[in-house]
Amino acid sequence: MLADHSKNIIEIQGVSFGYTGNELALKDINLNVHAGDYLGIIGPNGGGKTTLLKIMLGLLSPTAGSVRLFGQPIEKFSQWTRVGYVPQKAVQFDAAFPATVEEVAAMGRAARRGLLRRLNKTDREKITNALAQVGLVAERGRLIGDLSGGQQQRVFIARALAGDPEIIFLDEPTAGVDVKAQEQFYALLKKLNQTLGLTLILVSHDIDVVANEATELACINQELVYHGAPHAFIKGDYLNRLYGKETKFILHNH
Amino acid sequence: MLNIFQYSFALRGLEAGLLIALIAPLIGIFLVLRRYALIADTLSHVSLAGVALGLIAGVNPLITALAASTAAAIAIERLRLTKRIYGETALSLFLSGSLAIAIVLIGLAHGFNTDLFSYLFGSIVTVKQSDLVIIGLLSLLILAAIPAFYKELVYITFDEEAARVSGLPTKFINTLFIIIASITVALAIPVVGVLLISALIVIPVATALQLKKNFWQTILCAQGISVLSVLLGIIISFYQDLSPGGMIVLIMLVIFISVFLITHDNFHHAR
Repeated sequence: MLADHSKNIIEIQGVSFGYTGNELALKDINLNVHAGDYLGIIGPNGGGKTTLLKIMLGLLSPTAGSVRLFGQPIEKFSQWTRVGYVPQKAVQFDAAFPATVEEVAAMGRAARRGLLRRLNKTDREKITNALAQVGLVAERGRLIGDLSGGQQQRVFIARALAGDPEIIFLDEPTAGVDVKAQEQFYALLKKLNQTLGLTLILVSHDIDVVANEATELACINQELVYHGAPHAFIKGDYLNRLYGKETKFILHNH
Repeated sequence: MLNIFQYSFALRGLEAGLLIALIAPLIGIFLVLRRYALIADTLSHVSLAGVALGLIAGVNPLITALAASTAAAIAIERLRLTKRIYGETALSLFLSGSLAIAIVLIGLAHGFNTDLFSYLFGSIVTVKQSDLVIIGLLSLLILAAIPAFYKELVYITFDEEAARVSGLPTKFINTLFIIIASITVALAIPVVGVLLISALIVIPVATALQLKKNFWQTILCAQGISVLSVLLGIIISFYQDLSPGGMIVLIMLVIFISVFLITHDNFHHAR
């Protein structure tokens, strides 16, 4: 299933966000995401990138402007099974939680199956397939707290994949994960984007990674500072403007 | 020697106790993992106000306790959602507020003889036939409801935000759960009393969590520990003439400490 890149999956129009009395956290953001895009959202801490992600997911309501997901206004959006979400691991996750890898991945099927229905054989197959995608079938019976940080993060990808989404949102997914596991993780994301045609939205503070992995890049610092191809961003003067003159940038070949 | 099974009041107490032993961990696992176990304490004090109200009005105190507990649970959940007040603050408001109501009501009635003491610390003697019917019916309902919403409850407990984004009706499930929890707390009053309910809800779960099993195995272990403690506690207290509520909780504590020490020991050897 390769994506029709001309189709808008997300349309953000004139979105601003601020708590009453405070300066705006986001100012007049306009951004479209097309099917099959791998969009990296970067920007300084406090620049509003996670806020924008939460607005795209309907977890926060914008002060002004509108968001449409799959053509539907976000506040009326109901097709959540088309959406996968991988939250910030460090914040969300209790390592002592008594759930196995399989139990966590199975959560991704809960909404698909619906209330008062138990997961059936199809669900089990989807869960196994999702675990296979992330290379964790052998670990399915282990407690999630007993895995390494990188493996845990792959479990959360499997949970999102189990629900058969068309788009996956990832919020700082590799925070606290070691470098080697990060590489594996981004290789996995690339595979999901290229071979499955999944649309990915990745929020990260790691400009290096995002610029080298994503096909589209949006840089948010209250305003949308840049939106376009990663390479043009690096060649431009944006980094210096955002982070100061000392920023060094390593560009891999591809 | 006395035979516990020849005394209908003891049998009723045992039956009620075993039903509570089965449902308490079912609620407890979700409360403990959501760091929300304190609500059991709050709702038990609210139930006490309900009991006092029932005694004054001449209504079965279990019914007024159920009504008070459920109403308070819904109010607390609403307050929590407004985010205008911290969760713990809401709990402590309701805890002290209902205790105050209970004390004033008791004063109004110039004390209630021994009844009140048995509601504070539990006494299987107070379990009437009508109580057993109520406890039985509602326990069965809870034993059916938790498995029915199991997959949603597990997801929401693990990660509420992700569960919401995945499309689960988190508000509905949360409200449903808090009502079930409030019913469980009120039902447990005749068995362990107001002051010891949260022990019944928390300790078996805390013990089972030490065993590092998967989710449903953890629930089953907690239920096993809970049933064993209630059974032993009621039998021992019957023959030794001790407080059953206190005995049950003491046995739970002994099991918790043993399991904790054993699992800790393994942990050290494994290194």
